Amino acid sequence: MIKRSYWSLPYVIFMMVFVVLPLVLIVMYALQDGSGHFTLANVTRFFTDSDSLSTFALSIEVAIENSLICILLGYPAAWILANRELNRSAVTVMLFIMPMWINALMRTLATAELFNMLGFTLGKGTLLFGMVYDYIPFMIYPIYNTLTKMDKSYAEAAEDLGATPWKVFWKVTVPLSMPGVMSGVLMVFMPTVSTFAISEFLTNNKIKLFGTIIQENINSSMWNYGAALAFIMLVIIGITSLFNDSTQESAEGGLI
Amino acid sequence: MAKDCIIDIRHLSKSFGGVKVLDDINFYVRRGEFVTLLGPSGCGKTTLLRQIAGFIAPDEGCIMLEGNDISGIPPYKRPLNTVFQRYALFPHLDVFDNIAFGLKLSKLPQEEIEARVKKMLKLVSMTDYEDRSVESLSGGQQQRVAIARALVNYPKVLLLDEPLAALDLKMRKDMQIELKEIHRKMGTTFIYVTHDQEEALTLSDTIVVLNEGRIQQIGTPIDIYNEPRNSFVADFIGESNILDGQMIRDRRVAFIGHEFDCVDEGFGEDVPVDVVVRPEDIYFTAEPSRCQFRAKVNSCIFKGVHYEMWVDTDSGYELMIQDYDPYPAGTGVMLYIDPDDIQVMHKERTCNVFPGTVKGEGKVEFLGAEFEAATDGFAEGDEVNVTVGFNGVDLLDHQDEGKLSGEVHFLLYKGNHYHLTVKTDDGDRIWVDTNDIWDKGDLVGIDLKPGAIKLSRRDD
Repeated sequence: MIKRSYWSLPYVIFMMVFVVLPLVLIVMYALQDGSGHFTLANVTRFFTDSDSLSTFALSIEVAIENSLICILLGYPAAWILANRELNRSAVTVMLFIMPMWINALMRTLATAELFNMLGFTLGKGTLLFGMVYDYIPFMIYPIYNTLTKMDKSYAEAAEDLGATPWKVFWKVTVPLSMPGVMSGVLMVFMPTVSTFAISEFLTNNKIKLFGTIIQENINSSMWNYGAALAFIMLVIIGITSLFNDSTQESAEGGLI
Repeated sequence: MAKDCIIDIRHLSKSFGGVKVLDDINFYVRRGEFVTLLGPSGCGKTTLLRQIAGFIAPDEGCIMLEGNDISGIPPYKRPLNTVFQRYALFPHLDVFDNIAFGLKLSKLPQEEIEARVKKMLKLVSMTDYEDRSVESLSGGQQQRVAIARALVNYPKVLLLDEPLAALDLKMRKDMQIELKEIHRKMGTTFIYVTHDQEEALTLSDTIVVLNEGRIQQIGTPIDIYNEPRNSFVADFIGESNILDGQMIRDRRVAFIGHEFDCVDEGFGEDVPVDVVVRPEDIYFTAEPSRCQFRAKVNSCIFKGVHYEMWVDTDSGYELMIQDYDPYPAGTGVMLYIDPDDIQVMHKERTCNVFPGTVKGEGKVEFLGAEFEAATDGFAEGDEVNVTVGFNGVDLLDHQDEGKLSGEVHFLLYKGNHYHLTVKTDDGDRIWVDTNDIWDKGDLVGIDLKPGAIKLSRRDD
């Protein structure tokens, strides 16, 4: 009889070919120069190139702004969706989640067209609008998840101890839903840093984000520097997800 | 009503989705009293407690606290606190902040908060646990913190919703003693919800027995145990032999085929009654002069403190007896019961009565179906009362075999037969005497024996 662990072989092969190998390739390219010699120049170039650094800083800034706006708009939305008295149907939740099923590129193109039609100047404002539009479901869903799973007796206990509904919200509901918020931030923040399509279409390439310069380098066949930038990006993602690991558990449940 | 009454509940009713969960509840609680709401799951006891706490609004009736109606006041304004079934301690706060939660909301000075929290921790023997996270505590410790968190606000009444249900038996017993001690030290009024009759007997000053949304009996633990008012209470509290009997005259009752002296009066003569005899109140004797009836021991099981024996009496009834001395199975024994230990109760009903309509020659409609019956003297369309004896009902194994279908809802062993309450799919209740063995929750088909259906005019 075949050992049961062999059953995982197809998946192991798949993971090797499509996940591990590309990652190894990124690291290899990042640490080589054009002729294939080992070098750290690509990495040091990033830290000495003021253009790259300022793009990176701008990306982080946009990502922070995007995350904050997503929290401010997404939390109340999630709260309303999770509240039995305000929302009795699962359809409303679907309506909020549905945009995630449409290709982000298409939504972005459509948004850009809309702005053009209305005569808005493309720039940071439209960029942020597009970002929020694209990423807010990723903020709403984990928060909605933690809120619906939250034991109602906590809120009841607080009310029983003399807390008005407003105080119950701030002293119990919000602190207990932080894992959902953290998980939402994780799903909004890093993708924002690495996105390039939204900034390209919604600013006419006026504003470049970190993702944009990776894409530009790769497109112009500067594989090694592009790989180095992607590698730096990976390290940051790795660090943030490690940092977030503990909060993830209670907000897990994934995105449909 | 007593002068020192703190909570007075009047005509309280509540329905959920058309089902009456509480039906005209009336009782009061005296200041400092330990009152237990006792009943099987689904009897409405938790709903009642949540209405007092303010989480559910009553449909009808009112809840008076010290003479003021509080039914319309939100929970956060009620000077009552609750200990929740699963504790509901805030996981993001440590022990100190959990207990101080209510005090901080009422903006007390920091020193007073600290002093009161410390005092409470001492009361529940949790000193030095202030900084612990609540998730690191055991079930029993969480329970103590939950009690401290509620009591620290000096509530006028402390509400406890099955607080010990999640603990294991040993821990539960210890906590019962501690709860009683806390009650004595604080002097706070406790309203306690449980389905555990032993817990209720141990802790309470007064027990309110609930079933199917109605109060069955209110009394001290001793009253409830010794003088159950109906067969439900007798069956629910402790072990009992519940038997059909006949009141011969005052102080004389017949059951299990024998006549006994008793202490009950005022039932009338030759009236059917229910008789309750606790298993520890049937005595063995070696003197033929004391013997009231003879029996043969059927089984004998050691239960720790006592032996539990089932005996078959000379008249064909089965009785449960508890005694410190064992009589092995097969032994012939002589038995007697003291007049004091025979509890006689009015029968809640002696037959089934349903409203019905005559549908033509030999046909009558009731319980949503048509049955054959003698309709002599009645015309089509007459509204009648239909009477069916407990023996006139057949229960069938398969739901679709009978004219009606239903579920066995409650059962009582009456020594030589079972008395069942069957709830039909439409929610009507039919009472049945049967020798067959059914379990609670069994789905059954129901047929009525044609000869058993009797009609009478309905007097409106």
